[in-house]
Amino acid sequence: MNPTTTVSMTVNGTEATVHVEPRHTLADVLRHDLGLTGTHVGCEHGICGACTVLVDGSAVRSCLMFAVQAEGRSVETVESLGTPDDLSPLQEACRTEHALQCGFCTPGFLMMLTAFLAERDAPTDEEIREVVASNLCRCTGYQGLLRAVRRVADERGAAGRRQPAQA
Amino acid sequence: MAVDAATGRTGGASATVHGSPRPDGADGAPSSDPDLRWVGRRVQRVEDPYLLAGRGVFLDDLEPRGTLHVAFVRATVAAAAISSVDVSPALSVPGVVAAFTSGDFGDIGLTAVLERPEFAVTEMPALARDRVRHVGEPVAVVVATSPYAAEDGTEAVLVDYDETPPVVGIDAALADGAPLVHAGVPGNLLLDVSLSFGDDIDACIESAAHVVEVEVSTGRITALPIEGRAFLAEFDERAARIVLHSSTQVPHLVRTGVAQALGLDESSVRVVVPDVGGGFGQKCVVAREELVAAALCRKLRRPVKWVEDRREGLTSGFQSREQRFALRGAFDVDGTLLAVEADICCDIGAYSCFPFSCGVEVLMAANELPGPYRLRRYRVRSRGVATNKVPIAPYRGVSRPQAVLAIERLMDVAAARIGIGPVEIRERNLVGDDEFPYRNVVGACYDAGSYREALATCAEALGYRRGEDPSRSPRPGGPLVGMGFACFVEPTAYGTASFGARKMSIVPGYEQATVRMDASGSVVVMVGTLSHGQGHATTYAQIVADHLGVELDRVRLVQGDTTAVPHGWGTFASRSLVAAGGALAKASDELAEQLRRIAGHVLEGTPADIELAHGRAYVRGTPTVGVAVGELARVAHHAANTLPPDLGRGLEVIARFDPEGTYSNATHGAVVEVDPETGSVAIRRYVVVEDCGVMVNPMIVDGQVSGGIVQGIGSALFEELVYDENGQPLSGSLMDYMVPTATDVPVIEIHHLETPTDRTPTGAKGMGEGGAIGAPAAILNAVNDALRGRGSVTRTPIRPSDVMTAIAVHDGSGRGAPMAVPTTDEGAT
Repeated sequence: MNPTTTVSMTVNGTEATVHVEPRHTLADVLRHDLGLTGTHVGCEHGICGACTVLVDGSAVRSCLMFAVQAEGRSVETVESLGTPDDLSPLQEACRTEHALQCGFCTPGFLMMLTAFLAERDAPTDEEIREVVASNLCRCTGYQGLLRAVRRVADERGAAGRRQPAQA
Repeated sequence: MAVDAATGRTGGASATVHGSPRPDGADGAPSSDPDLRWVGRRVQRVEDPYLLAGRGVFLDDLEPRGTLHVAFVRATVAAAAISSVDVSPALSVPGVVAAFTSGDFGDIGLTAVLERPEFAVTEMPALARDRVRHVGEPVAVVVATSPYAAEDGTEAVLVDYDETPPVVGIDAALADGAPLVHAGVPGNLLLDVSLSFGDDIDACIESAAHVVEVEVSTGRITALPIEGRAFLAEFDERAARIVLHSSTQVPHLVRTGVAQALGLDESSVRVVVPDVGGGFGQKCVVAREELVAAALCRKLRRPVKWVEDRREGLTSGFQSREQRFALRGAFDVDGTLLAVEADICCDIGAYSCFPFSCGVEVLMAANELPGPYRLRRYRVRSRGVATNKVPIAPYRGVSRPQAVLAIERLMDVAAARIGIGPVEIRERNLVGDDEFPYRNVVGACYDAGSYREALATCAEALGYRRGEDPSRSPRPGGPLVGMGFACFVEPTAYGTASFGARKMSIVPGYEQATVRMDASGSVVVMVGTLSHGQGHATTYAQIVADHLGVELDRVRLVQGDTTAVPHGWGTFASRSLVAAGGALAKASDELAEQLRRIAGHVLEGTPADIELAHGRAYVRGTPTVGVAVGELARVAHHAANTLPPDLGRGLEVIARFDPEGTYSNATHGAVVEVDPETGSVAIRRYVVVEDCGVMVNPMIVDGQVSGGIVQGIGSALFEELVYDENGQPLSGSLMDYMVPTATDVPVIEIHHLETPTDRTPTGAKGMGEGGAIGAPAAILNAVNDALRGRGSVTRTPIRPSDVMTAIAVHDGSGRGAPMAVPTTDEGAT
C-alpha cells in the first residue's frame, strides 16, 4: 500500500484522527474514512460545489483540498446543521421554497449559504444571486434557492427588528 | 373563476383550480370538498427533511464490507482496431486485485432492436473487442481495493491501437465513400425513415403563396446530473442472485438488460436503487458499466463499485441532441400553414442505446415536428447517423426541443416574410379550443388543451404589441432587444400503443401499483416508477390519501427494488404521475371500496353511504357516527373472523394503467438583450404559460418547469460538447462545458392553465420535460428578433461569437441582399 500520514482535525465539534494517503482529498476522507456521507462529490474539480464544507468557518471545496491540509483545523459539514426533525432556519426555508429536488447538490449549497448568511446581515438580491451562482444545481433552476436565502434573511431581519437586544 | 362547461377547464392566467374531471359520489371518487383534498395543494415534500439534513443515501454512500472498486480503461482514439490489450502490468500496482478485458466475460453487450426494415441492428459491447468506435469507449476494467488504486491500475494497462479515419460529423458520415463506423451499416445509416402524410404535397408547395425554408441545428449536449452514473454489484449467495445497486431511473429495464446480457433469468438479478442525484434521461437506459459491474460481482463474489467521475461523464456518459433540421413550409397568403417538408439528421454517435435505440431521437423528431399546429400535409425524412462519438440516449424532451426550435423558427421567418407578427401567425395556425380531440397530421390524437389561450396569456404578460411592423428597423444606438415565442404540445406518458408503434422489441408503457394498508391503518404504495427529484413520495401520497381519506403522513412510497414492487418501466418521458399515478388512483379506489364495505359491516350501514375522510369512515351526513380507518384496518387483519368471508383477510390491491396518451401544452416567451459589441445575450424576462391538466402539487409543477427551463437556457446559450476533427472530445471539464448558474438565469414567471384530461384517472397530464422543450426556441427567436435587420442565428448554443459572426456576415453582404452563407435561412424559394 502507499504510505499514509496521520491527520487530526475537529469535525463538527469532535476531534478526529485519520491515517490517510497524502493524496486523499478532504471530501473523500470525510465521506469514506469518517462516514460523513452528507458531503457529496459532483465534479472533483471545484466547479459544481456539491462538496462544499466549512473550514474554520469559511466555505471551501473539499474536493480541492487534501485532507492533510486540514490538520489542526475545524471542519463543519452538513451533518452539523439541523436534523430531519429539527431543521435549521435555512434548511426549513429551502423546504418551504422548494429549493431542492433530487437533493444531491443540496448539502453543498447549504454549507455555502450558511457561511454567506453568517457574513451578511442584510444581503441584497444581487448578492444572493451571486452566492447561489457559486454552486451548480441541475434540477431546480435556482428559483427556490434564491427565494429561500431571501426568506431566511428577511425573517432574521424581522426577528432582529423585534428584538434589537439580540443584534 | 370561469369554468368552461364543455371542457371543465378554468380560464385566466395563474389559475390554480382543484378540479376533478369526474363527479363526486358513490363511484369512489375522492371528495370534491377542497378542505378534504390533498390533490391541488402546495404540500411540502415529505422527501425534504432527510435530504436537507444530509441523510440521503446515494450510490457512493453504499459500501458493503469488502467492497472492491472499479475503474475503466477507456479508448483514447475515436476509431481504431485494437491490436493488443495487456492488463498484466496493472496487477503489480499496489491495491489492484484483478483486471479484465471483454473476452473474460464472454463478450457481453447490449443490442437494442427496432423491428423495422429501415433500422440497422448493432451491438454495443460492454467492453470493446476488436475495435473502438469512440473516445471514452470502455476497453478494459481494473478492480482494486480503493478507487485511487483502481485508477492507478488503469494507467498501467497497455493498449495498442491501429487507428482508422474517424467519422466526426453528420456530413462526414453521409459523404460518399465515408469510412464506416460499423462494417455492416452501409452509409452509416442506423435508421432512415421516410414518412408522408396528406395528398398532393408537391402541388401544394408549388402553388402556395409563400414558401419558406429554414435550417436549424443544435449542438451536442449532455444531461449532466450532478450525481454521475454509479453502480454497486454484489452477489447474494443465499438467494443465488446478483444484487445490482444502480443509480438508475429504470430498475426493471436494468434488470432485463443485465439478465439478457448475462444469459440469466430475470429472477437471478435484483436491482435496488438508492437515492438518485438526478438523471434527466441519461439514467433511463442500461449502461455498459453496469453490465460489467454485474458480471464482475458474479466472477469475484465480492461487492464491486463504480462511480463515474465528471471527466468520464463528459467524455463517455451518454450524450444527446446533436441534430439538424431543414424545413420547407408552404403558407397561404394570410399565413396559414399548408404543408411542411422536413429533412432531419441526428448524430447518434457510435451505438444505439438500450432499449430505446437511436430511434428515440430519430422517430420522435419526425413524428412530433407538427406540434400544436393545424397541418394536413407533411413529408419527412429522418435519419440516424452513426459517428465516432459517444452514443446518444434520451435527454429531457429528447427530440422535441429541436423539433420545436425548427417549426418555431419556420413560423417566425414566415411571419416576417408575410408581414405579420409572430403571435398573429401562430394564432392563425394553432389548433383551436373547439377542435379537440384533434387528430393531427401524423395520426396523434390530442386531448383538450389551451393552445391559443396559452399564447395569448404569454403575449399579454410580455407586453407584446400587436400589429407592429415585424420588419421594423432596430432602434439606432440602443441595446438590441428582442422578444421570442415558442408554442408546443408535449405528448406525455406514452403507453404501450405509442411505444409499440415505434416497433421496439421491448415495449414499455404501462404501470402497475400496489396499495397495501396494514393493520394499523398506514398505507404502503409500491410502484415501478423511480422518483429522483420529482417528489413522488409526496404527490403519490396526495393521490392515495384523497381516495382513502387518510392523512398524508399515513402513506409511504416503496420504489426502486425489483423484488418489492410490481413490474414497471421507471421514470422518464413525463410518465410517472400519469401512468403510476393513474394506477395508484385505480388501486386506491378499489381499496377504498373494500374499506367502505368493511365500514358498512361494522357500522351496519350501506357501503355506498360511507364517506372516508380525515382518517375516519362515517355514514354520509352524520360524521359523528363513525369509526377510525385504522380500526377498519385492524378488523380486516386481526379480527377477520368477524367479517363476512369475502371481506378483510388483508387489505391489498394491485391495479394497472396503460395510458392512451395525453398532451400538455405551453407557450414560452422570452425577452433578451443582445450586446452588438460583444455578442452576449442576456435574458431580461421569461414567461411560461403551461397547461398540464390537474396539478396534483403546483409547487412541484413549478419546480419541474423552472428546472426544465434552465436546462433549456443552458442548451440555448451555453452548453456544447465539442469534438475536434479527430473525434477527440474537447469539453472534458465543467470549465469547458458551461452549465447555467444562478447569475445566468432570470426570474421565471409561471402561469398555469388547467385543462383536465379525461384520459387519466387523475385528470393530470405529464409535465416533466416541457420546460426544457420550449426554452431553446423562445430564446433563439428572441435573439433573432433582437438582431432583426442585422443578421440571424440558426444554431444552438448561441455563443457570443455566433452573434458577432451573424452581424458581420450580414454587414458584409449588405442590407437587403440575399445572404450567401450556409447558415442563412432568410432566402426565399
